[in-house]
Amino acid sequence: MSKPGLSFARPAPKPSEVPTIVNRKSRARRPASTPASLPVYRGRFATEQAERLLWRAGFGPRRGQADQLARLGLRGAVLSLTRPVSTGLKGPAPILENGQPLAPYDVWGNDVLWWLDRMVRTEAPLIERMTLTWHDWFATSNEGVNSQRLMINQNRTMRGLCLADFPAMLTAITTDPAMLLWLSLSGSTKQAPNENYAREMQELFTLGAGDGYTETDVREHARAMSGWTNSWNQATGVPDDFHFDPTLHDDGIKTIYHHTGNFGWRDSLRLVLHHPDHPRYFVTKLWSYFSPEPLGAADTAAAATMYVSSGKQIRPLVEAYLMHPLIYEGSRLVKPPIVQIAGMLRGIDRYIDTDAWVWESALVGQTPFYPPNVGGWDATQWLNSATWLGRFNLTSQMIVSKHVLNPATARYDSDPRRLTEHAIDFWGGPTLSRATVGVLRSYARSAAIDAATASWQREQYPVITENALRALVVASPDYQAC
Amino acid sequence: MSEPNNGRSCACQDFSRSELLRRGAVAAGRGLPAIEPGMPRPAGTGLSRRGFVLASAGLALTVYGGGRLLDPAAFSEGIAAAATVSANQPVLVSVYLQGGIDSMSVLYPTGDPLYTQFRSDLAVAPGGTPFAEDPTLAWNPLAAPIQQLYAQGKVSVMPTIGYTDPNQSHFTSRHYWEVGATQADLNTGWLGRYLDVVGAADNPLQGLSLDYALQPSLATARMPVATISLPSSYSFYAPGVWGVQETLMYDAFDSLGAVGIDSRDSGLIQSGQAAQMSNKLRTQLLQFQPAAGATSTTTLPAGYPTATDSFPARMAAIPQMLAAGLPLSCVSVSTDSVFDTHESQAAPFAASLAEVSQTLLAFQQDLEARGLDDRVLTVVWSEFGRRPQENASAGTDHGAAGCAFVIGTRSVGTMIGEWLGLSSGLDPLGNLKETADFRSLYCSLLEQWLGHDATGIIPGAAQLARYTVVK
Repeated sequence: MSKPGLSFARPAPKPSEVPTIVNRKSRARRPASTPASLPVYRGRFATEQAERLLWRAGFGPRRGQADQLARLGLRGAVLSLTRPVSTGLKGPAPILENGQPLAPYDVWGNDVLWWLDRMVRTEAPLIERMTLTWHDWFATSNEGVNSQRLMINQNRTMRGLCLADFPAMLTAITTDPAMLLWLSLSGSTKQAPNENYAREMQELFTLGAGDGYTETDVREHARAMSGWTNSWNQATGVPDDFHFDPTLHDDGIKTIYHHTGNFGWRDSLRLVLHHPDHPRYFVTKLWSYFSPEPLGAADTAAAATMYVSSGKQIRPLVEAYLMHPLIYEGSRLVKPPIVQIAGMLRGIDRYIDTDAWVWESALVGQTPFYPPNVGGWDATQWLNSATWLGRFNLTSQMIVSKHVLNPATARYDSDPRRLTEHAIDFWGGPTLSRATVGVLRSYARSAAIDAATASWQREQYPVITENALRALVVASPDYQAC
Repeated sequence: MSEPNNGRSCACQDFSRSELLRRGAVAAGRGLPAIEPGMPRPAGTGLSRRGFVLASAGLALTVYGGGRLLDPAAFSEGIAAAATVSANQPVLVSVYLQGGIDSMSVLYPTGDPLYTQFRSDLAVAPGGTPFAEDPTLAWNPLAAPIQQLYAQGKVSVMPTIGYTDPNQSHFTSRHYWEVGATQADLNTGWLGRYLDVVGAADNPLQGLSLDYALQPSLATARMPVATISLPSSYSFYAPGVWGVQETLMYDAFDSLGAVGIDSRDSGLIQSGQAAQMSNKLRTQLLQFQPAAGATSTTTLPAGYPTATDSFPARMAAIPQMLAAGLPLSCVSVSTDSVFDTHESQAAPFAASLAEVSQTLLAFQQDLEARGLDDRVLTVVWSEFGRRPQENASAGTDHGAAGCAFVIGTRSVGTMIGEWLGLSSGLDPLGNLKETADFRSLYCSLLEQWLGHDATGIIPGAAQLARYTVVK
């Protein structure tokens, strides 16, 4: 079936085309600068800062990874994430309890595990994190799509373009089958143009709610974008053959943002991308994925200039953002729940060996491929009494029962300092504040020493205390926010 | 832990499957209760935690074993104080029938010639008890428990409630009902906005979702609300930890939370407040934890159906919590049964209707036995009804207007809206036309039951009609 007028976005650069960093040390020492005039963090860049970078731009460090990254210096560290040498997966492939590998297209929940596995095993964490960002930006739910295959295909498209240019991303997602179904652009005809996509494209994807466009613009965009359709496989009921049908397209004259012409869907994208409100909306929204602190007015303007002058490239902006002082000096970001799960697994060097993560992800409040609505997840609301319970109880799923310390057989010294160190080390050695470590040591003293009177208690209480300390380390506020 | 939900009687796999995931997703979605900077720390209580654990261990058996009242003397001072304040406060319970219930199989238009024509497979057999206020309708025998309450004057029936320009998306129409307006962009629930005005900053139980995820109607902008699956399952578990180390571990929740709250970092403050709020909730609910060593199977008070899902247990938890003096105000429960019956409707619908009806009757009788029935009003609703014309799969597709009920000793017990009949009661798409508006129902409940002006809570309240809902 031919697809008139349709050519998909240019592909993402192949790994061989991505520049690698030749001399990391000399780059790291060079005074930091970026093409536009966004400020660059000039403070200490040590393990703690590298750890924060890995949580903001990825899924937290594996054991020792923050130290390695810190040695590259800020710029080297950022570029190693934005221009990864390898985008491969490292470590054992997923095997479920029943001995089966994943069937991401077909078995319920295996789509979620397929992506979680990538988050855990990737050697290019920013690529996966940006894919998660785009999944939230163009939030599409399998609740409406009902096809794990189409959802995963969309996910691959987002991954391929995640650091490319936004016009290519918008073009690819507008014509992506999962999106065509989700926001009803497929089946939108000249007789009954569906406004769903036209509205969300402006409100959520490119311009933001406000007075930048009118209800008439929504209707005229809908007319311009009419003509997409698909068929349904008679045997399986599965949607297929997504295409643009000129006979369903309204080829009358439309007026959008005071421009008049016989516009089609590509014109709609061109017009919205050239709308004066777009650059500011884009750079503000992109920033919000990396920091809870607002970017100041001057920096927003600089970022918008940089975005436009680069041809709406994503990568340069992400690089500048990740070097911004607010990332290292501003308030912490509450870790998105799925980032927390992937990060805990990375910290303990565990791989996908159970489907429990599917419902655990629901209990902590973020199941990939099932955002709550087209607006995506609300990152200001990750923590409530149910999700906090879910986060705490993740520990029991993380620590396979055979690895739980048995007070009848295990022996631990009761020294509170050492007990606390062991527990922090169990999770790969996350950085905790002095105050948090103080609370943990105080707990260890009460639980392992003060509470023990009989000799068996002096032997067994340190072991039970160590089990509790493991849970407390990852329940601490330090570990919820990065 | 086991998989949290097994939606039963769901003819539409996609709905239940996605709903399972949505439960988690919505919890993180828009309109959740903010744990705002500046919120006071949970009030301390005079009773030590260890003492509390010990005191409550035996009580848990009392609650679940015999369903008898708890001894208020066992409560900590803080909870007792809240109980005193809340002793005469009205409680509104919202029961959501998931998936869009086929109202024409609850109260069915027996004798309407179009009924058997539309429902050649699914028509309920003649002979059901006539609906007293309009005998062209009859109660499905499986809804006899509701009919029994109706006969006692405790049920107001809305045979066709909805809104103009009905939306047939589960998501969108439910959203409208949850937020109390036909507005896609409202991100607080109608009960949440009420709690934002009248609620307290240190009582998460004032808005209680008995679910894994916040029920959107309770989404507030400022005040804390609680989300728990069951009071007995708000349970923190650390493997290999018990006894004194466990008790001290909970104290450390508060200490760790304080580290976050005492920082100047908004992310850490939010995390610290979540830790302390969750621990407060844990202590409020401790009395419902099964005692150590007890099996987790709980016996519900008499009358509740034995079900494989958690709906009866969740409903039974409400009188127990009220009897225990817990300061509830608005409670939201969703059926586990999914009424999205696109195909082979008859059997799963029957099982679900029977379970829901028996539970609602048992709930009312439970409240009466405890002397709490004057304090509780229950509104039962669904996002839409189903299309009168059954489909080719012996099921029904999404429709427009559907049924709702207001149940309670104080319910006025008279019909709201009317049944127009199938020849004149359908819209151009063949769906039931609404004869009552859910926003008017909400305004009426707010003003007559909760005693609060609906203006500022329900958009456009001044233009909306009011119904008499309370006697």
